[in-house]
Amino acid sequence: MRIAVLSGKGGTGKTTVAASLTSVGICQYVDCDVEEPNGAIFLKPRLTSSTPVTVAVPAVDLSRCDGCGRCAEACQFHAISVVKGTVLLFPELCHHCGACGIACPRDAVSETGREIGVIEADPDGFFIQGRLHIGEPVTIPVIQALKKRIREDVPVILDCPPGASCAVVASIRDCDYCVLVTEPTPFGLHDLKVAVGLVQQMNIPFGVVVNKAMNGDQRIQDYCMENGITVLMEIPFSREIAEGYARGMLPIQAGGEWRDRFLSLYKAIGGGNVR
Amino acid sequence: MKQVVFISGKGGTGKSTVVAALSRMAGDKVLADCDVDAPNLHLLVRGTRTYQADFSGANAALIDREKCVECGACRDACRFDAIQEDYGVEPMACEGCGACMLVCPTDAIRLTQVKTGETYVDDTSLGTFSHARLDIGAEGSGKLVTEVKKNLEQYGKDEAWALVDGSPGIGCAVIASMTGADAVVAVCEPTRSGKSDLVRVLQVADHFGIPAFVCINKYDLNDEITGQIEAFCRENGIPLIGHIPYEPAVVKALQSFQTPVEAGLTHISDEIGRMWDALAAALNNN
Repeated sequence: MRIAVLSGKGGTGKTTVAASLTSVGICQYVDCDVEEPNGAIFLKPRLTSSTPVTVAVPAVDLSRCDGCGRCAEACQFHAISVVKGTVLLFPELCHHCGACGIACPRDAVSETGREIGVIEADPDGFFIQGRLHIGEPVTIPVIQALKKRIREDVPVILDCPPGASCAVVASIRDCDYCVLVTEPTPFGLHDLKVAVGLVQQMNIPFGVVVNKAMNGDQRIQDYCMENGITVLMEIPFSREIAEGYARGMLPIQAGGEWRDRFLSLYKAIGGGNVR
Repeated sequence: MKQVVFISGKGGTGKSTVVAALSRMAGDKVLADCDVDAPNLHLLVRGTRTYQADFSGANAALIDREKCVECGACRDACRFDAIQEDYGVEPMACEGCGACMLVCPTDAIRLTQVKTGETYVDDTSLGTFSHARLDIGAEGSGKLVTEVKKNLEQYGKDEAWALVDGSPGIGCAVIASMTGADAVVAVCEPTRSGKSDLVRVLQVADHFGIPAFVCINKYDLNDEITGQIEAFCRENGIPLIGHIPYEPAVVKALQSFQTPVEAGLTHISDEIGRMWDALAAALNNN
């Protein structure tokens, strides 16, 4: 069972929900927000391994290259240009497709590994996160490397990046259920609709968690009701929860009802065994 | 035209609220929203559409079934598993790299442009506003961001300022937003995750050599982390130009599509105004 937590809009509480579910269940936590991973701040894992994520980028053997420019013509991403017979490489633009190597008539293009990020994990691999290196634009290979380390023997919670672009698609692909976290503002509703469009297009069952809920504002609940979408949980707008979050505390650590409520949520979405 | 891009690292720290408030206060400017997969500024900046266009930011392979002899060379060359059993192309997997086209012995494959979003330019009482929407799940958000900024220059009338709402993160969309900027303002919040994300996005600005400024939103939510952010900025020579207090009424105002300016939250809007004065003074001295 793979459960993805996403949001459309950033800062709505994805990580709060994903980390809380992880705290109550016996499951693996996968932080797919590789640009800004934050799950470790809340779950405090002992990160003992760091594995580089490398991508294949071209290397040109100048003794073979005659500067014909076929590689640059083949590259759709402007990662190679040939100026006056000299090959210039722009590896951060490379999409690692190998077209340049195929196009080269003199077999002068080989590939070399280039590190764009790391995968960090705790000793038993129950917590894994990806971290994109500074200045790197391409996130998908880091997410794919992370997903290769998903465990099959336990349920998995995936904390996704914000937005609804290709990085989110790569994160939620092959997931069994999506939890969409939003907040009752025009921004939250607008971006929730985008996220709903995405999970519907990918045909993944889903439900909504309303974070920072206010009694007076029912816009999210009304939208969900009109569209037959399940509201899984409401977390109230409270300075106390916000202050706890600031210190890296989850609502469930404050005790009281929150542990039970996240336990019920975890069971309701099919998480399985609980702690 | 001096271009200021508002970024945050972590999402939801108040970038769009600050830009929307500034749109009411700063004069002689154009506006842009570069958060193309979760755009929000248009909800608070409304006007008349003067330009709208489809945007093709990616390619995809198209296999001509008449010419295809089903040899499988394309599938062997494809690193994205985009060519299906029946020689159809899976659009969400295809990267548009053309490797398949290069190996096809019968010239059955060509690349076609794929629509990945739409761009818009609105004429508003607050200035020309360039924005866009990435199609759901599409790739090429960085290219769409670049198009939004191109439209800003094309449709602007040489105003003094361009205020640009950026996106969360540090990847392609953020790098495209920062490209060509005269300064970035990182709007952060004093939370452990907010600080961690702020440090990473400031490293990106530094990597590309773009001057950075910091504004702490909800600064009184956690004095200790606000202190840590202040110390970080001091140690790294990054001007800290704003301290906006925590105010639940800001969210209430947003719920009725108002910024702190129209909502009369003067303790918030005055601070945003002071921040703008400090920023403008620093950039005009350059």
